[in-house]
Amino acid sequence: MTDAASEPDKITGPTPDNALRAADKADDGPVLAADGKPLKQSLNRALRAQKLRALALIAPLLIFVLISFIAPIGDMLFRSVENQIVGETLPRTVTALTDYDAASEEAPGDDVFEAAYYDIFYAAENKMHTRLGSRLNYEMTGASSMFRKAGRGVDDIGEVYLDQFEDLDENWDEARPWAELMGDPDWISAQEGWDGESRMPAFELRSGIADILPRTATTYENFARFMQNEEEESPLEEEPWSVVHTALYQDLSEGDVSGYSGPRSDMLQGAADLVASPDFETISFRDGFEEIDEDWVTPEIWQIIKTYSPAYTSGYFLNSVDMQKTEEGPAMRDEDERIYGLLFQRTLFMSMVITFSCILLGYPVAYLLSNLPASRANLLMILVLLPFWTSLLVRTSAWKVMLQQQGVINDVLVWLGMVADDGRLVMINNQFGTIVAMTHILLPFMILPMYSVMSTIPPSYVRAARSLGATNWTSFWRVYFPQSVPGIGAGSILVFILSIGYYITPEIVGGTSGIFISNRIAYHISTSLNWGLAAALGSILLVVVLALYWAYDRIVGIDNVKLGG
Amino acid sequence: MKLTKTLLATSALTVAASGATAQDMADSMTLVSWGGAYQNSQQKAYLEPYLEMNPDVSASWDESSNEAVAKLRAMNEAGNVTWDLVDVVASDAIRLCDEGLAMEVDHDELLKPAPDGTDASDDFGDLIVSDCFIPQIVYSTTFGYRTDMVPEGVEPPSDICSVFDLETYPGKRSLEQRPINNMEWALLCDGVAKDDVYDVLETSEGQDQALAKLDTIKDEVIWWSAGADTPQLLADGEIFMGSTYNGRLFSVIEEQDQPVGMMWDAQVFDLDGWIIPDDLPDDRLARVQDFVRFATDTQRLADQAAYISYGPARESSAPLVGDHAELGIAMGQHMPTAPDNSGNIFVYNYEFWADYRDDIDAKFQAWLAR
Repeated sequence: MTDAASEPDKITGPTPDNALRAADKADDGPVLAADGKPLKQSLNRALRAQKLRALALIAPLLIFVLISFIAPIGDMLFRSVENQIVGETLPRTVTALTDYDAASEEAPGDDVFEAAYYDIFYAAENKMHTRLGSRLNYEMTGASSMFRKAGRGVDDIGEVYLDQFEDLDENWDEARPWAELMGDPDWISAQEGWDGESRMPAFELRSGIADILPRTATTYENFARFMQNEEEESPLEEEPWSVVHTALYQDLSEGDVSGYSGPRSDMLQGAADLVASPDFETISFRDGFEEIDEDWVTPEIWQIIKTYSPAYTSGYFLNSVDMQKTEEGPAMRDEDERIYGLLFQRTLFMSMVITFSCILLGYPVAYLLSNLPASRANLLMILVLLPFWTSLLVRTSAWKVMLQQQGVINDVLVWLGMVADDGRLVMINNQFGTIVAMTHILLPFMILPMYSVMSTIPPSYVRAARSLGATNWTSFWRVYFPQSVPGIGAGSILVFILSIGYYITPEIVGGTSGIFISNRIAYHISTSLNWGLAAALGSILLVVVLALYWAYDRIVGIDNVKLGG
Repeated sequence: MKLTKTLLATSALTVAASGATAQDMADSMTLVSWGGAYQNSQQKAYLEPYLEMNPDVSASWDESSNEAVAKLRAMNEAGNVTWDLVDVVASDAIRLCDEGLAMEVDHDELLKPAPDGTDASDDFGDLIVSDCFIPQIVYSTTFGYRTDMVPEGVEPPSDICSVFDLETYPGKRSLEQRPINNMEWALLCDGVAKDDVYDVLETSEGQDQALAKLDTIKDEVIWWSAGADTPQLLADGEIFMGSTYNGRLFSVIEEQDQPVGMMWDAQVFDLDGWIIPDDLPDDRLARVQDFVRFATDTQRLADQAAYISYGPARESSAPLVGDHAELGIAMGQHMPTAPDNSGNIFVYNYEFWADYRDDIDAKFQAWLAR
């Protein structure tokens, strides 16, 4: 912040930088240092060592700031675009939806329902389906319970087949026969010999089974791996999920297993005959979903899944500027749902009002502080600092007692007869209350920088102006005030940036017209759990502050900001 | 002789068994609750007796229940869950269960049966609204009013619709700054039958209808966000009537002796209970299960009602509710579940609000900001 730093050429004494420049300017060959090497080289080396030492000195702080501040903020901001949960939870469905025309009025075909059946079944086992439901509920009302119901309901689809296979042959609901049918014999013996302590031998499919029963092989493998890794149970002792029976039905209805002669071939053959018989009851995946919830066969949910299937989304940012994703691209939300634009405007406007009231109230105080004799100035200083030592909540609540309709100020006004008892002033739970309370709370942040700048203005300047015939006002306005502007600048930046992110005070005294955007951010962080939207709102706020800071630098010049002498 | 031997052997076995379990249990717990009078009631009714029985165990409270879901999610993402047992409202328990952050429990296995042998799941009945949720109390959100501000010649308000009747009952009201409960009350007082409220509220027109009804009193409403706001506003005479939790009103009326009356009409029942965070280490889980089993038995839940006017969640606890621990007044009549108070009740619809909360809240907040 001193002039010297930005203009090195003003320094006339020898410095390494100057010496380098001088060496560059000299055109009579390289200047050599005492050890015979070119001066430039050895100077560079010395400078590099110096820089490294400086870096090493700040390294602890730098690393601390990076780890504890920049990285978490970066992580939080990343959430504003991150959307991997849809693609990760419903991989097959997302692929199957590739060809689905999101603008169509029809629900997608049975292949999508089939994919969704398998996806949601696995998701339910992993307890991911409800998480996805709450994610999609931000975009579509009702998604939350649709997924919750589907997690329970997909079992019913599989049980249609499970029950029939079980009626035919009880082995179909037993762990061991399935394991013999699907598992590699070596793996079975290894699993049998497992001691229950060490790692389980990883499940392996029997060779060739995947050619005859492709779907069943995949689903059974998923089941066995899940049992081994997540539940730490032996697949030899666990009955397979009903999804495996669904897959078996699909395989048997499409393929021919008459050539199969491996273990349990009679059991499989019997099942194949049963599926081929006309009595075998089936249920289409679409009907199964319709039974879970009628909303599953409407196009909306599939449009939402398709729209939000990419790993990154602009949805949160659109949301935070009162827009939404539609099939035709981004569009404004309904008028009765727009709120964030209004809140951003209000936050900026009120922060400015608060900053100006702080300047108005703080300037005379800072002036007094810097011009009173030291003993009285110290007393005044303590009064300025006192609020700093009082809890923020206490100060805010005190304003509640002061400003409310049955509060101190109204009581005094009524007692003085200035307002009627039934016409008490409304001074809290609105913008006025927020501005008053926040101005009071932020005032020290304005006074202290002003004071530190003002205390360095030599009184002789004003005296000189007076002796040259200036009036009190002229000497203040033309001589004193311009020198105190850097203090105003520093105080304003501090107060403005602090107030733009303020949250507690508006929450307590702001009512509905006095709340800030940060109150909504807090709501989305702690109540609605829509962290993506909170992150997007936070990012926008950060960008706005940086843009204002940049504009301030261009207009006022950041060099004109001083926090002290 | 033989008998003595057997007895000795058995008791030796028992000692060995209980010794083993005590060793397997962690000796400290972090419980999360709401602070204030409610946490105090849990401290007195459950924790102090438990610690007396288990002198080696230490327990600490974290007063974070109002942001438990967000904090638990953050802890889970950081891979370091420091809480052992968390007190949350039922809707939060459902969400925590949905997010996989709370452990699913088998109520019959974990909790004690009623003294007459009824299974825990039957004793709690419908109050088990989620597989992760272990109910403790039934509380209600209802209205209190200043008895000295009732206009002369007018009956004190006893109907929920008097909240919307500014002519008969002029004065400020306080309502919670969220759509839940307010939208239902507005529809009830706009001619919608109680059974149809959620069907109407599902539609965009129904939501507009509720907001339009709220619009008629909007200028007279102070919106609260903390449960302590309404009692303070009532005590200061800032408002004529306001909604809050019935336990808060009880303390304003009985403990602080303010001129405030209860209006039980259309009180909204809600539940509060425990959840156990998912994936606790075995020793901590064993300790917390042991504690929960003790803290939710019939007697303990009834004891809690001596400190706060919330109804015990077990059916078998209701007859055991006695007097207030300090004031000595019979607590039965102050329970939201007491027959005199529960003539017209409304039960919080968890599934509806899980689906519609985000959507209706956006509309509600935009309406507030207008």
